[in-house]
Amino acid sequence: MFTALFGSVEVGVIYAIMALGVYLSFRILDFPDLTVDGSFVTGGATAAVLIVSGVSPVLATAAGLGAGFLAGCMTGILNTKGKINPILSGILMMIALYSINLRIMDKPNIPLLAEETLMTQITSWWQGLGIDSLMEGLLSSVGLGNFIPATWGIFGVMLVLTFVIKKLVDLFLKTEIGLSLRAVGDNTGMVRSFSANTDWLKVLGLGIANALVALSGALVAQYNGFSDVGMGIGMIVIGLASVIIGEAVIGNATIVRATLAVLIGAILYRLIVTLALRVEFLETGDMKLITAIIVIFALVVPKLVDKQKAKSRKKKRAEQLGAASANGGNQVAAAKSDL
Amino acid sequence: MEGTRLLQLNQIYKVFYEGTPDEKIALNQLNLQLNAGDFVTVIGSNGAGKSTLMNIISGNIFPDHGHVVINGTNMSSMPEHKRAKRIGRVFQNPLAGTAPTMTIEENLALAYNRTKPRTLQFGVTKKRRDFFREQLEILHLGLEDRLQAKVGLLSGGERQALSLLMATFTKPDILLLDEHTAALDPARADLITKLTKEIVEKFQLTTLMVTHNMQQALDLGNRLIMMDKGQIIFEANEQEKMALTVEKLLSEFQRIRGEALSSDRALLV
Repeated sequence: MFTALFGSVEVGVIYAIMALGVYLSFRILDFPDLTVDGSFVTGGATAAVLIVSGVSPVLATAAGLGAGFLAGCMTGILNTKGKINPILSGILMMIALYSINLRIMDKPNIPLLAEETLMTQITSWWQGLGIDSLMEGLLSSVGLGNFIPATWGIFGVMLVLTFVIKKLVDLFLKTEIGLSLRAVGDNTGMVRSFSANTDWLKVLGLGIANALVALSGALVAQYNGFSDVGMGIGMIVIGLASVIIGEAVIGNATIVRATLAVLIGAILYRLIVTLALRVEFLETGDMKLITAIIVIFALVVPKLVDKQKAKSRKKKRAEQLGAASANGGNQVAAAKSDL
Repeated sequence: MEGTRLLQLNQIYKVFYEGTPDEKIALNQLNLQLNAGDFVTVIGSNGAGKSTLMNIISGNIFPDHGHVVINGTNMSSMPEHKRAKRIGRVFQNPLAGTAPTMTIEENLALAYNRTKPRTLQFGVTKKRRDFFREQLEILHLGLEDRLQAKVGLLSGGERQALSLLMATFTKPDILLLDEHTAALDPARADLITKLTKEIVEKFQLTTLMVTHNMQQALDLGNRLIMMDKGQIIFEANEQEKMALTVEKLLSEFQRIRGEALSSDRALLV
């Protein structure tokens, strides 16, 4: 059980980078970008092909990020220059990327288990540090000997990487370009009247968003030990689930808080799915259905709660008013001098 | 600067829904010149082409024929975001001029970049914050103490005052005011009118203001034009304008057009 939960947190941290990308397009640019399903695979495919052909894993991962950036830019160009509606631009790019990803990989699946990847590099570097045996001793001494994961290295390094990216996104959104990017999602007409080229800002924003998604895809491929042409299906919904769950739990009052919410949402999402899959009658194939249901819940429940709160508040108010009039209050409003 | 021609509209012609039964000539061979320091108020009935005029100057839409020349540069086919380096604009809707989920200082930082290319340096720095605070004091609304407040929390009047400041504090060549007090209650509208007067004088801005309020059109500015059916049908210079009253304007319209000024929204007071 613990191993399963630890695994889901570990994966959640890697997927959090993808969720940050979805946050950028969905929340900051107000652009529901379906490219994500394709660009996630593009990142994995590019990295896998390069790793197999002997390129260093770091460079291969960076190339995956670059490929995702180009894919996002294309969606932006379809939308702004081709005047195609946002959802349709994303769908078109997603479908186009399916074929492009197959071309990149030349086959539907590339195994990476025998290759040197970022993950194997991290693991071997980490083992040299001896922190795992330290943690093992620590956990054993408090009687948790059964709950020892194979390594803390991947979790630790990915957590640091994800936080660095979150911080970079926070800082970027405070720069002059970042501010105008946020304003594009908020009030396009206004930012244009302040001499910002909204078309290119959208292209840039979608490029960055999909670069993060593809980076996440490249890391996931190396983590799982393979890149598969179908591994991006439903990715946009997972990203949305992370954003929405995070916002429901943490809130989104400031950018710093909203990006933190996305990270935590991504991890929470993985935990929820892991727990849900332990229910007897559910199978692995049900995962997409579970995801859809989680998103629906996360979207509907907060609204119902708000409505209920407002209702009971109004009721209380009405009762108070009723009590006041029962106390001999007349129907004539008090004159100002009486108050 | 005095006497330089800042805005020149030559033979502007614009048709909407061309070739359909709804075809409408929005602007018909319109000519207009604004000299530096001019403050021109524009009145006219519904559909006279006032908003089209604003949109053509700002580059939101392009004329079918004719030229828009701003400070000596022909900008007829230049897109809106490039022209915006020369133009400040306040919209009728208080929601249109600001970004609601961003803070007051972030909105001002966006406006601050109107004349400069945007880079990767921080939009709000200590130095700029001091500058923003100083500028906000012009409004006398206490906004200088709420720099970190989200603009979505401000009232309509406060948002419009902020929009006005954002459009002007970087000293545009031309300021376009598009019925910017029409969506406010009378008290707020008066406040914005007063601020408009102060700010235009302070920054010495060349201004074109569309309004439905005839009294406002008479109170503000040094020139007045009246539009109807895509043309300027009446123009008053500084001296003529001083002698004008709302009644005279209405009878002038009737004399020229042979019909009463038809506007359900024109305010006669």
